[in-house]
Amino acid sequence: MKKFLEGSWAIAEAAKLCRPGVISAYPITPQTHIVEHLAQFVADGEIDAEAINVESEQSAASVVLGSQNAGVRSFSATSSQGLFLMAEVLFNIAGMRLPIMLVCANRAISAPINIWNDQQDSISLRDSGWIQLYAENNQEAVDLMIAGYKIAEDSKIMLPIMVCIDGFILTHGMETTDMPSQEEVDKFLPKYNPPFKLDVNNPMSFGLLGDPSVYTEARFSVQKTFDDVIPMINKVGKEFQSAFKRDSVRLVEEYKTDDAEVVLVTMGSLCGTIKDAIDAQRANGKKVGLLKVVAYRPFPKAAIAQGLKSAKFVGIIDKNISLGSDGALYTEVKSLLNDSNKQISGFIAGLGGRDITITTINNIIDLTEKEENHCKFVDVKKELLWEEFHAS
Amino acid sequence: MFSILASKAKTSRANKTGSWRSLKKPKYLKTNCIGCKLCKLICPEGCIEGKEKNQYDTNLDYCKGCGLCVYICPKKDIEMVDEDK
Repeated sequence: MKKFLEGSWAIAEAAKLCRPGVISAYPITPQTHIVEHLAQFVADGEIDAEAINVESEQSAASVVLGSQNAGVRSFSATSSQGLFLMAEVLFNIAGMRLPIMLVCANRAISAPINIWNDQQDSISLRDSGWIQLYAENNQEAVDLMIAGYKIAEDSKIMLPIMVCIDGFILTHGMETTDMPSQEEVDKFLPKYNPPFKLDVNNPMSFGLLGDPSVYTEARFSVQKTFDDVIPMINKVGKEFQSAFKRDSVRLVEEYKTDDAEVVLVTMGSLCGTIKDAIDAQRANGKKVGLLKVVAYRPFPKAAIAQGLKSAKFVGIIDKNISLGSDGALYTEVKSLLNDSNKQISGFIAGLGGRDITITTINNIIDLTEKEENHCKFVDVKKELLWEEFHAS
Repeated sequence: MFSILASKAKTSRANKTGSWRSLKKPKYLKTNCIGCKLCKLICPEGCIEGKEKNQYDTNLDYCKGCGLCVYICPKKDIEMVDEDK
Protein backbone atom coordinates (compact mmCIF):
# COMPACT_ATOMS: atom_id res chain seq x y z
CA MET A 1 0.00 0.00 0.00
CA LYS A 2 1.35 3.44 -0.92
CA LYS A 3 1.97 5.69 2.06
CA PHE A 4 3.49 9.15 2.48
CA LEU A 5 6.24 8.43 4.99
CA GLU A 6 9.34 9.90 6.54
CA GLY A 7 12.37 7.76 5.62
CA SER A 8 13.02 6.67 9.20
CA TRP A 9 9.41 5.61 9.57
CA ALA A 10 9.46 3.60 6.33
CA ILE A 11 12.68 1.90 7.43
CA ALA A 12 11.22 1.09 10.86
CA GLU A 13 8.11 -0.36 9.19
CA ALA A 14 10.29 -2.41 6.83
CA ALA A 15 12.27 -3.74 9.81
CA LYS A 16 8.99 -4.64 11.52
CA LEU A 17 7.80 -6.48 8.41
CA CYS A 18 10.95 -8.65 8.56
CA ARG A 19 9.92 -9.82 12.06
CA PRO A 20 13.20 -9.43 13.99
CA GLY A 21 13.15 -11.08 17.41
CA VAL A 22 15.68 -8.71 18.95
CA ILE A 23 16.25 -5.02 18.25
CA SER A 24 19.06 -3.31 20.09
CA ALA A 25 20.34 0.21 19.63
CA TYR A 26 21.72 3.15 21.52
CA PRO A 27 18.86 5.65 21.51
CA ILE A 28 20.63 9.02 21.60
CA THR A 29 22.72 11.01 19.07
CA PRO A 30 23.92 9.89 16.58
CA GLN A 31 20.66 7.98 16.20
CA THR A 32 17.72 8.48 13.86
CA HIS A 33 14.00 7.98 14.43
CA ILE A 34 14.34 4.43 13.17
CA VAL A 35 14.79 2.75 16.54
CA GLU A 36 12.45 5.24 18.22
CA HIS A 37 9.63 4.01 15.96
CA LEU A 38 10.65 0.39 16.47
CA ALA A 39 10.64 0.82 20.25
CA GLN A 40 7.11 2.22 19.92
CA PHE A 41 6.04 -0.80 17.85
CA VAL A 42 7.39 -3.11 20.58
CA ALA A 43 5.74 -1.08 23.38
CA ASP A 44 2.42 -1.15 21.52
CA GLY A 45 2.67 -4.90 21.02
CA GLU A 46 2.66 -4.54 17.22
CA ILE A 47 5.79 -6.65 16.91
CA ASP A 48 6.85 -9.71 18.86
CA ALA A 49 10.39 -8.63 19.66
CA GLU A 50 12.66 -7.65 22.52
CA ALA A 51 13.81 -4.03 22.30
CA ILE A 52 17.00 -3.92 24.33
CA ASN A 53 18.11 -0.46 25.41
CA VAL A 54 21.86 -0.21 25.95
CA GLU A 55 24.43 2.30 27.11
CA SER A 56 26.48 2.53 23.91
CA GLU A 57 26.64 1.36 20.32
CA GLN A 58 29.41 -1.04 21.25
CA SER A 59 26.91 -2.75 23.53
CA ALA A 60 24.11 -2.57 20.94
CA ALA A 61 26.27 -4.44 18.45
CA SER A 62 27.30 -6.93 21.14
CA VAL A 63 23.64 -7.59 22.03
CA VAL A 64 22.64 -8.37 18.44
CA LEU A 65 25.76 -10.52 18.05
CA GLY A 66 24.58 -12.60 20.98
CA SER A 67 20.93 -12.78 19.97
CA GLN A 68 21.66 -13.67 16.35
CA ASN A 69 24.08 -16.33 17.60
CA ALA A 70 21.20 -17.74 19.65
CA GLY A 71 19.29 -18.18 16.38
CA VAL A 72 17.11 -15.06 16.51
CA ARG A 73 16.85 -12.60 13.60
CA SER A 74 18.26 -9.32 14.92
CA PHE A 75 18.30 -5.71 13.84
CA SER A 76 20.13 -2.53 14.76
CA ALA A 77 20.58 0.95 13.36
CA THR A 78 23.15 3.66 13.88
CA SER A 79 25.14 6.44 12.30
CA SER A 80 28.60 8.03 12.05
CA GLN A 81 30.37 8.02 15.47
CA GLY A 82 27.99 5.32 16.66
CA LEU A 83 29.00 3.06 13.78
CA PHE A 84 32.65 3.64 14.68
CA LEU A 85 31.97 2.70 18.29
CA MET A 86 30.48 -0.55 16.93
CA ALA A 87 33.47 -1.17 14.68
CA GLU A 88 35.23 -3.78 16.79
CA VAL A 89 32.07 -5.84 17.16
CA LEU A 90 31.11 -5.47 13.48
CA PHE A 91 34.30 -7.28 12.47
CA ASN A 92 33.44 -10.02 15.00
CA ILE A 93 29.91 -10.37 13.61
CA ALA A 94 31.25 -10.89 10.09
CA GLY A 95 33.96 -13.29 11.22
CA MET A 96 31.39 -15.29 13.19
CA ARG A 97 29.16 -15.38 10.07
CA LEU A 98 26.08 -13.89 11.73
CA PRO A 99 23.64 -12.44 9.14
CA ILE A 100 22.56 -9.43 11.21
CA MET A 101 21.04 -6.41 9.48
CA LEU A 102 22.17 -2.93 10.38
CA VAL A 103 20.77 0.23 8.83
CA CYS A 104 23.43 2.92 8.67
CA ALA A 105 22.03 6.43 8.29
CA ASN A 106 25.10 7.84 6.56
CA ARG A 107 26.52 10.85 8.35
CA ALA A 108 29.84 12.68 8.52
CA ILE A 109 32.56 11.91 11.04
CA SER A 110 34.07 14.33 13.59
CA ALA A 111 36.09 16.55 13.80
CA PRO A 112 34.66 19.08 13.22
CA ILE A 113 31.49 17.86 14.91
CA ASN A 114 28.93 17.43 12.16
CA ILE A 115 25.65 15.55 12.11
CA TRP A 116 24.90 16.00 8.41
CA ASN A 117 25.14 13.58 5.51
CA ASP A 118 28.13 12.09 3.79
CA GLN A 119 29.22 8.46 3.43
CA GLN A 120 32.51 8.47 5.33
CA ASP A 121 31.14 6.32 8.17
CA SER A 122 30.14 3.17 6.30
CA ILE A 123 32.90 3.57 3.70
CA SER A 124 35.46 3.50 6.50
CA LEU A 125 34.04 0.11 7.53
CA ARG A 126 34.11 -1.38 4.04
CA ASP A 127 36.77 -3.91 5.12
CA SER A 128 34.69 -5.30 7.99
CA GLY A 129 33.22 -8.24 6.04
CA TRP A 130 29.70 -6.80 5.89
CA ILE A 131 27.68 -6.71 2.69
CA GLN A 132 27.02 -3.02 1.94
CA LEU A 133 24.10 -1.84 -0.18
CA TYR A 134 23.40 1.86 -0.81
CA ALA A 135 19.86 3.12 -1.37
CA GLU A 136 18.94 6.00 -3.68
CA ASN A 137 15.55 6.70 -2.08
CA ASN A 138 13.30 5.45 0.70
CA GLN A 139 11.53 2.93 -1.52
CA GLU A 140 14.85 1.36 -2.38
CA ALA A 141 15.84 1.35 1.29
CA VAL A 142 12.70 -0.61 2.18
CA ASP A 143 13.22 -3.03 -0.71
CA LEU A 144 16.91 -3.60 0.04
CA MET A 145 16.06 -4.37 3.68
CA ILE A 146 13.44 -7.00 2.89
CA ALA A 147 15.63 -8.60 0.23
CA GLY A 148 18.72 -8.03 2.36
CA TYR A 149 17.76 -10.51 5.05
CA LYS A 150 17.10 -13.11 2.38
CA ILE A 151 20.50 -12.53 0.78
CA ALA A 152 22.39 -12.49 4.08
CA GLU A 153 20.65 -15.47 5.69
CA ASP A 154 21.03 -17.85 2.76
CA SER A 155 22.84 -20.94 4.01
CA LYS A 156 25.57 -20.40 1.39
CA ILE A 157 26.16 -16.78 2.48
CA MET A 158 25.68 -16.20 6.25
CA LEU A 159 27.22 -12.73 6.23
CA PRO A 160 25.93 -9.57 7.91
CA ILE A 161 24.40 -6.82 5.80
CA MET A 162 24.52 -3.05 6.13
CA VAL A 163 21.84 -1.09 4.30
CA CYS A 164 23.25 2.41 3.89
CA ILE A 165 20.86 5.30 3.63
CA ASP A 166 21.87 8.95 3.28
CA GLY A 167 21.24 10.64 6.61
CA PHE A 168 18.70 13.48 6.63
CA ILE A 169 18.32 13.48 2.84
CA LEU A 170 16.51 10.15 3.08
CA THR A 171 16.04 9.40 6.78
CA HIS A 172 14.30 12.71 7.45
CA GLY A 173 12.79 13.21 3.99
CA MET A 174 9.12 12.51 3.24
CA GLU A 175 8.39 10.37 0.20
CA THR A 176 5.64 8.19 -1.18
CA THR A 177 6.67 4.65 -0.33
CA ASP A 178 4.91 1.49 -1.40
CA MET A 179 4.90 -0.64 1.77
CA PRO A 180 4.29 -4.35 1.20
CA SER A 181 1.83 -6.19 3.44
CA GLN A 182 2.94 -8.56 6.22
CA GLU A 183 1.52 -11.52 4.25
CA GLU A 184 3.58 -10.62 1.17
CA VAL A 185 6.79 -10.30 3.20
CA ASP A 186 6.11 -13.53 5.13
CA LYS A 187 5.69 -15.31 1.81
CA PHE A 188 8.94 -13.86 0.44
CA LEU A 189 11.19 -14.08 3.49
CA PRO A 190 11.54 -17.52 5.14
CA LYS A 191 12.17 -17.92 8.87
CA TYR A 192 15.79 -17.64 10.03
CA ASN A 193 17.17 -21.11 10.50
CA PRO A 194 20.94 -21.16 11.11
CA PRO A 195 22.93 -24.40 10.88
CA PHE A 196 24.60 -23.72 14.27
CA LYS A 197 23.40 -21.68 17.23
CA LEU A 198 23.78 -21.28 20.98
CA ASP A 199 21.62 -24.01 22.46
CA VAL A 200 21.69 -25.36 26.04
CA ASN A 201 20.74 -28.80 24.77
CA ASN A 202 23.68 -28.87 22.36
CA PRO A 203 26.41 -26.72 23.92
CA MET A 204 28.88 -25.17 21.49
CA SER A 205 31.51 -22.43 21.65
CA PHE A 206 31.51 -19.57 19.11
CA GLY A 207 33.95 -16.77 18.41
CA LEU A 208 36.91 -18.88 19.40
CA LEU A 209 40.60 -18.21 19.37
CA GLY A 210 41.90 -18.83 15.84
CA ASP A 211 45.64 -19.25 15.97
CA PRO A 212 47.92 -19.03 12.90
CA SER A 213 46.94 -22.57 11.90
CA VAL A 214 43.29 -21.61 11.17
CA TYR A 215 42.97 -17.80 10.94
CA THR A 216 43.85 -17.47 7.24
CA GLU A 217 41.11 -19.94 6.27
CA ALA A 218 38.51 -17.92 8.21
CA ARG A 219 39.37 -14.81 6.20
CA PHE A 220 39.70 -16.75 2.94
CA SER A 221 36.25 -18.27 3.35
CA VAL A 222 34.61 -14.86 3.88
CA GLN A 223 36.37 -13.50 0.79
CA LYS A 224 35.25 -16.52 -1.28
CA THR A 225 31.69 -16.12 0.00
CA PHE A 226 31.59 -12.55 -1.29
CA ASP A 227 32.02 -14.06 -4.79
CA ASP A 228 28.75 -15.94 -4.14
CA VAL A 229 26.98 -12.83 -2.85
CA ILE A 230 27.05 -11.25 -6.34
CA PRO A 231 24.91 -13.95 -8.02
CA MET A 232 22.82 -14.16 -4.83
CA ILE A 233 21.90 -10.45 -5.10
CA ASN A 234 20.86 -11.06 -8.73
CA LYS A 235 18.87 -14.16 -7.78
CA VAL A 236 17.06 -12.58 -4.82
CA GLY A 237 16.58 -9.43 -6.94
CA LYS A 238 14.66 -11.48 -9.52
CA GLU A 239 12.58 -13.14 -6.80
CA PHE A 240 11.89 -9.73 -5.31
CA GLN A 241 10.84 -8.36 -8.69
CA SER A 242 8.36 -11.16 -9.28
CA ALA A 243 6.94 -10.81 -5.75
CA PHE A 244 6.80 -7.01 -5.46
CA LYS A 245 7.06 -5.76 -9.10
CA ARG A 246 10.09 -3.57 -8.48
CA ASP A 247 13.65 -4.09 -9.78
CA SER A 248 15.35 -2.17 -6.97
CA VAL A 249 17.43 -5.12 -5.70
CA ARG A 250 20.44 -5.18 -8.00
CA LEU A 251 24.19 -4.68 -8.11
CA VAL A 252 24.15 -1.51 -10.21
CA GLU A 253 21.62 0.57 -12.10
CA GLU A 254 22.48 1.83 -15.57
CA TYR A 255 20.71 5.11 -16.34
CA LYS A 256 20.93 6.12 -20.02
CA THR A 257 24.42 4.64 -20.34
CA ASP A 258 23.86 2.77 -23.62
CA ASP A 259 25.08 5.56 -25.91
CA ALA A 260 26.59 7.83 -23.25
CA GLU A 261 30.00 9.37 -23.79
CA VAL A 262 30.19 10.84 -20.31
CA VAL A 263 29.14 8.54 -17.47
CA LEU A 264 29.03 9.58 -13.84
CA VAL A 265 29.42 6.93 -11.14
CA THR A 266 28.23 7.32 -7.57
CA MET A 267 26.12 5.80 -4.77
CA GLY A 268 23.08 6.79 -2.74
CA SER A 269 20.63 9.67 -2.91
CA LEU A 270 22.86 11.81 -5.11
CA CYS A 271 21.83 9.57 -8.02
CA GLY A 272 18.38 11.22 -8.01
CA THR A 273 19.87 14.68 -8.57
CA ILE A 274 22.19 13.33 -11.24
CA LYS A 275 19.29 11.73 -13.14
CA ASP A 276 17.57 15.14 -13.30
CA ALA A 277 20.78 16.79 -14.50
CA ILE A 278 21.20 14.07 -17.15
CA ASP A 279 17.65 14.52 -18.43
CA ALA A 280 18.28 18.27 -18.83
CA GLN A 281 21.64 17.73 -20.56
CA ARG A 282 20.16 15.12 -22.91
CA ALA A 283 17.43 17.59 -23.90
CA ASN A 284 20.32 19.74 -25.16
CA GLY A 285 21.76 16.80 -27.10
CA LYS A 286 24.58 15.88 -24.74
CA LYS A 287 25.09 12.15 -24.27
CA VAL A 288 25.42 11.72 -20.52
CA GLY A 289 24.60 8.72 -18.35
CA LEU A 290 24.79 7.48 -14.77
CA LEU A 291 26.04 4.25 -13.30
CA LYS A 292 24.54 3.90 -9.83
CA VAL A 293 26.47 1.50 -7.63
CA VAL A 294 24.03 -0.23 -5.24
CA ALA A 295 26.31 -3.01 -4.01
CA TYR A 296 29.61 -1.60 -2.79
CA ARG A 297 30.56 -4.78 -0.89
CA PRO A 298 30.82 -7.12 -2.69
CA PHE A 299 32.25 -4.76 -5.30
CA PRO A 300 30.50 -5.80 -8.55
CA LYS A 301 33.45 -5.54 -10.91
CA ALA A 302 31.86 -7.18 -13.97
CA ALA A 303 28.65 -5.16 -13.71
CA ILE A 304 30.58 -1.90 -13.38
CA ALA A 305 32.86 -2.69 -16.31
CA GLN A 306 29.78 -3.55 -18.39
CA GLY A 307 28.02 -0.31 -17.39
CA LEU A 308 31.02 1.79 -18.41
CA LYS A 309 31.63 -0.04 -21.69
CA SER A 310 30.57 2.79 -24.02
CA ALA A 311 31.87 5.65 -21.89
CA LYS A 312 34.81 7.75 -23.06
CA PHE A 313 34.81 9.96 -19.98
CA VAL A 314 34.05 8.62 -16.51
CA GLY A 315 33.44 10.92 -13.53
CA ILE A 316 33.28 9.26 -10.12
CA ILE A 317 31.74 11.23 -7.26
CA ASP A 318 32.67 10.24 -3.72
CA LYS A 319 30.95 11.55 -0.59
CA ASN A 320 33.98 10.29 1.30
CA ILE A 321 37.73 10.48 1.12
CA SER A 322 40.53 8.20 2.16
CA LEU A 323 42.67 11.07 3.42
CA GLY A 324 46.11 10.93 1.91
CA SER A 325 44.80 8.96 -1.07
CA ASP A 326 41.61 9.45 -3.12
CA GLY A 327 37.87 8.83 -2.90
CA ALA A 328 37.05 5.19 -2.15
CA LEU A 329 34.79 4.50 -5.13
CA TYR A 330 37.18 6.30 -7.51
CA THR A 331 40.12 4.19 -6.32
CA GLU A 332 38.28 0.95 -7.00
CA VAL A 333 36.68 1.89 -10.31
CA LYS A 334 39.98 3.31 -11.53
CA SER A 335 41.86 0.12 -10.63
CA LEU A 336 39.19 -1.87 -12.46
CA LEU A 337 39.55 0.14 -15.70
CA ASN A 338 43.24 0.88 -15.47
CA ASP A 339 44.15 -0.64 -18.84
CA SER A 340 41.33 1.07 -20.76
CA ASN A 341 41.58 4.22 -22.87
CA LYS A 342 38.91 6.02 -20.88
CA GLN A 343 39.58 9.33 -19.17
CA ILE A 344 38.66 8.70 -15.54
CA SER A 345 38.27 11.43 -12.95
CA GLY A 346 37.47 11.40 -9.26
CA PHE A 347 35.52 14.12 -7.46
CA ILE A 348 34.92 14.71 -3.76
CA ALA A 349 31.62 16.41 -3.03
CA GLY A 350 28.84 16.71 -0.48
CA LEU A 351 31.02 16.28 2.61
CA GLY A 352 29.39 17.05 5.95
CA GLY A 353 26.02 17.70 4.37
CA ARG A 354 27.03 20.32 1.80
CA ASP A 355 24.37 20.33 -0.93
CA ILE A 356 25.25 18.92 -4.32
CA THR A 357 23.10 20.90 -6.71
CA ILE A 358 22.37 20.38 -10.40
CA THR A 359 24.83 23.25 -11.06
CA THR A 360 27.51 21.24 -9.22
CA ILE A 361 26.68 18.17 -11.30
CA ASN A 362 26.84 20.15 -14.57
CA ASN A 363 30.19 21.50 -13.46
CA ILE A 364 31.43 17.96 -12.73
CA ILE A 365 30.25 16.75 -16.15
CA ASP A 366 32.19 19.62 -17.82
CA LEU A 367 35.32 18.87 -15.78
CA THR A 368 35.07 15.12 -16.52
CA GLU A 369 35.28 15.86 -20.23
CA LYS A 370 37.86 18.61 -19.96
CA GLU A 371 40.72 17.03 -18.01
CA GLU A 372 41.72 14.08 -15.85
CA ASN A 373 41.54 14.65 -12.10
CA HIS A 374 42.15 12.05 -9.43
CA CYS A 375 40.78 13.78 -6.36
CA LYS A 376 39.09 17.03 -7.27
CA PHE A 377 37.20 18.72 -4.44
CA VAL A 378 34.29 20.65 -5.89
CA ASP A 379 32.78 23.82 -4.42
CA VAL A 380 35.74 24.51 -2.09
CA LYS A 381 35.49 27.90 -0.36
CA LYS A 382 39.00 29.29 -0.70
CA GLU A 383 38.29 32.12 1.75
CA LEU A 384 38.07 29.56 4.59
CA LEU A 385 41.56 28.18 4.02
CA TRP A 386 44.92 29.21 5.38
CA GLU A 387 48.15 28.10 3.79
CA GLU A 388 49.87 27.74 7.15
CA PHE A 389 49.24 28.29 10.85
CA HIS A 390 49.77 31.91 11.85
CA ALA A 391 52.23 32.55 14.64
CA SER A 392 50.36 35.53 16.04
CA MET B 1 32.32 -21.04 1.90
CA PHE B 2 32.96 -21.61 5.56
CA SER B 3 35.93 -22.48 7.77
CA ILE B 4 35.89 -23.83 11.31
CA LEU B 5 33.53 -21.49 13.19
CA ALA B 6 32.38 -23.31 16.29
CA SER B 7 33.39 -26.18 18.48
CA LYS B 8 31.64 -28.51 20.85
CA ALA B 9 31.78 -27.74 24.55
CA LYS B 10 34.90 -28.83 26.48
CA THR B 11 36.83 -29.70 23.29
CA SER B 12 39.34 -26.94 24.02
CA ARG B 13 40.70 -29.15 26.82
CA ALA B 14 42.67 -30.86 24.08
CA ASN B 15 44.91 -27.78 24.06
CA LYS B 16 47.43 -28.39 26.84
CA THR B 17 48.03 -24.71 27.49
CA GLY B 18 50.34 -25.41 30.43
CA SER B 19 53.09 -25.35 27.81
CA TRP B 20 52.82 -21.53 27.90
CA ARG B 21 54.25 -21.56 31.44
CA SER B 22 57.83 -20.42 31.76
CA LEU B 23 60.51 -20.70 34.47
CA LYS B 24 58.41 -21.47 37.58
CA LYS B 25 55.60 -23.76 38.64
CA PRO B 26 53.66 -24.00 41.93
CA LYS B 27 54.60 -26.75 44.38
CA TYR B 28 52.08 -27.85 47.04
CA LEU B 29 53.95 -28.68 50.27
CA LYS B 30 50.88 -30.46 51.73
CA THR B 31 51.90 -29.98 55.37
CA ASN B 32 50.07 -26.95 56.84
CA CYS B 33 47.02 -26.90 54.52
CA ILE B 34 43.75 -26.07 56.33
CA GLY B 35 41.52 -26.78 53.29
CA CYS B 36 40.35 -23.15 52.95
CA LYS B 37 40.09 -23.60 49.16
CA LEU B 38 41.37 -20.08 48.43
CA CYS B 39 43.96 -21.35 45.94
CA LYS B 40 41.27 -23.21 44.00
CA LEU B 41 38.98 -20.16 43.99
CA ILE B 42 41.60 -17.64 42.85
CA CYS B 43 43.10 -19.79 40.09
CA PRO B 44 42.30 -17.99 36.78
CA GLU B 45 42.62 -21.25 34.88
CA GLY B 46 40.42 -23.30 37.23
CA CYS B 47 43.06 -26.00 37.11
CA ILE B 48 43.49 -26.71 40.83
CA GLU B 49 42.05 -30.05 41.84
CA GLY B 50 41.31 -31.51 45.27
CA LYS B 51 38.61 -31.49 47.95
CA GLU B 52 40.24 -32.23 51.34
CA LYS B 53 43.08 -30.48 53.20
CA ASN B 54 46.57 -31.45 52.13
CA GLN B 55 45.09 -32.95 48.92
CA TYR B 56 44.94 -29.83 46.71
CA ASP B 57 47.28 -29.77 43.71
CA THR B 58 47.71 -28.06 40.34
CA ASN B 59 47.03 -29.74 37.03
CA LEU B 60 50.21 -28.67 35.27
CA ASP B 61 48.68 -29.46 31.85
CA TYR B 62 46.86 -26.13 32.14
CA CYS B 63 48.69 -24.09 34.82
CA LYS B 64 50.23 -20.87 33.38
CA GLY B 65 52.46 -20.32 36.41
CA CYS B 66 50.92 -17.00 37.48
CA GLY B 67 51.64 -17.70 41.17
CA LEU B 68 48.31 -16.41 42.52
CA CYS B 69 47.82 -19.61 44.57
CA VAL B 70 51.14 -18.95 46.29
CA TYR B 71 50.17 -15.32 46.90
CA ILE B 72 46.76 -16.15 48.43
CA CYS B 73 47.70 -19.17 50.60
CA PRO B 74 47.31 -18.06 54.30
CA LYS B 75 49.54 -20.87 55.55
CA LYS B 76 52.36 -20.35 53.01
CA ASP B 77 51.94 -24.00 52.08
CA ILE B 78 52.55 -23.49 48.35
CA GLU B 79 55.73 -22.17 46.77
CA MET B 80 56.98 -21.41 43.28
CA VAL B 81 59.80 -23.71 42.23
CA ASP B 82 61.90 -24.13 39.10
CA GLU B 83 60.27 -26.12 36.30
CA ASP B 84 62.73 -28.98 36.59
CA LYS B 85 62.10 -29.58 40.33
